[in-house]
Amino acid sequence: MSIAAGTATTVARRRAWSGAQGLTSPGIVIPIVVIAAATIVAIFGPLLAPYDPDLPDLSQFFVGPAGGHLLGYDGQGRDVLSRLLVGARTSMIGPLAVTVLCMSTGSLLAVAAAWRGGLLDTVLSSGLDILFAFPGILLAVLSAAVFGAGLIAPVLALSVAYTPYVARVLRGAALRERAQQYVAALEVQGASGVAICFRHLLPNMAGLIVAQATTLFGYAMVDLAAISYLGLGVQPPTADWGVMVAENQQGIIQGYPIPSLAAGICIVLVVVAFNILGERLYERSETRR
Amino acid sequence: MAEPILEVKGLRKEFGPLVAVDDVSFSLPEGGSLAIVGESGSGKTTVAKMIVGLERPTAGVIRACGADRSLPPRSTRERRRRGREVQIVFQDPYTSLDPRQTGEATIDEVLRLHRGWDRDRRRERIKQLADLVGLDDRQMRALPRSLSGGQRQRVAIARALAAEPRVLILDESVAALDVSIQAQVLNLLADIHDETQVSYLCISHDLAVVRQLTQETVVMWRGRVVERGTTAQVLDDPQDDYTRRLRASVPRPGWKPPGHTVAPAAV
Amino acid sequence: MSPSASLLEVESLTVRLPIEGGMREVLHGVSLEIRPGESVGLVGESGSGKSMTARAIDRILPPGAAVSGQIRFGGRDVMSLGGADLKKFRGEVAMIFQDPRAHTNPVRRIGDFMTEALCTNQGVSKQDASRRAVALLKDVGIEDGERRLHQYPHELSGGLLQRVMIATALLTKPRLLLADEPTTALDVTTQAEVVGILDTLRSDLGLAMLFITHNLELAAAICDRTIVMYAGQVVEVRQSNRLHDEPLHPYTAALTAARPSIERTAPRLLAIAGRPLSAFEAPETECAFAPRCPYAQDVCRRARPSLVELDGGMTRCVRASDLVGHMELSAHG
Repeated sequence: MSIAAGTATTVARRRAWSGAQGLTSPGIVIPIVVIAAATIVAIFGPLLAPYDPDLPDLSQFFVGPAGGHLLGYDGQGRDVLSRLLVGARTSMIGPLAVTVLCMSTGSLLAVAAAWRGGLLDTVLSSGLDILFAFPGILLAVLSAAVFGAGLIAPVLALSVAYTPYVARVLRGAALRERAQQYVAALEVQGASGVAICFRHLLPNMAGLIVAQATTLFGYAMVDLAAISYLGLGVQPPTADWGVMVAENQQGIIQGYPIPSLAAGICIVLVVVAFNILGERLYERSETRR
Repeated sequence: MAEPILEVKGLRKEFGPLVAVDDVSFSLPEGGSLAIVGESGSGKTTVAKMIVGLERPTAGVIRACGADRSLPPRSTRERRRRGREVQIVFQDPYTSLDPRQTGEATIDEVLRLHRGWDRDRRRERIKQLADLVGLDDRQMRALPRSLSGGQRQRVAIARALAAEPRVLILDESVAALDVSIQAQVLNLLADIHDETQVSYLCISHDLAVVRQLTQETVVMWRGRVVERGTTAQVLDDPQDDYTRRLRASVPRPGWKPPGHTVAPAAV
Repeated sequence: MSPSASLLEVESLTVRLPIEGGMREVLHGVSLEIRPGESVGLVGESGSGKSMTARAIDRILPPGAAVSGQIRFGGRDVMSLGGADLKKFRGEVAMIFQDPRAHTNPVRRIGDFMTEALCTNQGVSKQDASRRAVALLKDVGIEDGERRLHQYPHELSGGLLQRVMIATALLTKPRLLLADEPTTALDVTTQAEVVGILDTLRSDLGLAMLFITHNLELAAAICDRTIVMYAGQVVEVRQSNRLHDEPLHPYTAALTAARPSIERTAPRLLAIAGRPLSAFEAPETECAFAPRCPYAQDVCRRARPSLVELDGGMTRCVRASDLVGHMELSAHG
């Protein structure tokens, strides 16, 4: 039996996957950059736009990029780039409203159901299950039909449609937290249910809540863009990415795809950024346990 | 004879058809230290939970500090009041602290619950408690994930003591700790017992820990009390078969495991 | 190979794992040997590296681990085994764990996973494998084996499931059993039964065993030899019957002294300050235990001590020859 000198060998042939990427990994940084850019544009759009987004140049319908108009003119002679920059605002505000409404209602319902358990939990869960049956877009279309077009009705409708999903996911996390021994210790100390829920349960679910909110923003954006595309949301002549996709459709057939596609690409970029970020944040929140 | 600080009579708990606790009675004298010994399924943890109001007894009487607490408290105010009488330190140092709260914040929260003190008075008390359990400033300001199991248990003990309870229930509080750390915490608990006159109810399966920490013992098996007496009596001269078997199963120098037994046909 | 040659030889095993951004040592220069049919206890607290040692031997280290040193089983180098040789190795070295439920698939019946290794690795027919399984279940004290084969893990209690795991481990007729805290999660009465079963089966089958536990008394009671680990290193190797009264290392003495006694109440337990360290937390220029050792002197802080023979055992304490027989072993004086 020979005694060989020890040599360092790596047992695994693949790199150890730590289960979550650091905050500086490309999977997180790139989406954040995209989202930050979109947010800045949404806030400062009108200031950044080189031209008036609503002022048509009647001699230039569907003209390609030329002379200072980086993306050309749209079907009504307006500068496409300016409309994109200004349109970011309405395209992002709607999803923001949906996200805020859903996450707040959803978290409250989830925590209440998890804390009380019993009848409240059963009733809430069943009620939410019923709402689950309605797809968001359908409800939004119906609400537009009932209340008229505009941003408010679809936003409310989508909030109603998404809340059950959020509540369901958060309820699972809330139940897990509630079962932890520190919650029992606080109960024995005499802390009130409300205090425990707000000071302990929710903060410990923060990672998951942020991840959910991020993903939700992306979905809401697609749905609202679709609603606007259908003419039931933001109304023309207001600049809005969804509206722009619709009103410039003719351009694609006529050989000028840029106005319509550019708006579509903006939507896709931001939505994908939110989805990827949401997934990465979710992974991190799960592996942190 | 003075009234016991904690008294339990005919306690019973049913979970559907399963009787987890069956006619359990014992009393803890003020300043004393009583152990409930048992293994899994004995019902000892359920008894502890009923005493602190986390489970509702099916029948029986629980009295602590002269007041009845046979049923779980109905209001938060009542829960808080009872928290000043009986507190509990759980077994698992990894889930018994809020991972987002420093030790300081954890104890501060409890002090705010029970006392209307201003910030300075609270800070003073936190320092006192930290000294009592042997934690320095740095450890008190750290989050649980930077603390070891033993340090976390110290925070949990300090949190329980912040309510200034008359009775402290130690629910397998040292079972999850390394041997060398366990010894530190056992010494600490003995010191606290001497300094604060708090009474201990020690729930444990570890007979050596029970010997070290308690004066009287009650042995539970499958929900029932099968033996009781002073700790020395119960451990040196067990009368009940189960207690004997328990005693004989503890490894020590020269010990050989009993010849292997056939597993019962039922699970 | 002569009968007294080692079954398992571990030499200067050093393992590093990716922890918090860097490669950190969890085992440092661990060397041990097990002879055929011998039972060896491996005792340590958190961070001692006892579990990691077993995993290294069984080739189930976490991904990304860097290993140096040698592990030889039956003369063959374990680290370089592959394919059919590795399969054969897995039949010869069996491992049981602390939590049987974490290592069983809840949707598979007991009979299925018990016979799996035999059927796939050794080409035994399902019928034969089942027959052998029932016979082994009987050996571990489960009489109605036929019925048990059809049950799911959740239908069995912890103690029962652990017995099933022992039976499963023995099905392939291994020569070495690695038991990683197999009774830590069990009641003490169940522990006594399970340990009794292991003892009987071991001697019947001539099986060697590495029994890992944090319980010094348990290891000393059922193992011929006990190895004590601290901070990723072996600090003592001793015949079990001499370990309790005459330990060769202050850490072993400290573990013995720190335990409360079931027979007496001590006014105060002999607890040493500080906490057990992992290999990467221990200082490299002195004895890992020196910061906490009540007998530490300057000589202990000059260099990392090596493992030396003493009085039939081994110790990593430079002061051992002075200290043996004079260390405080209990709070009772």
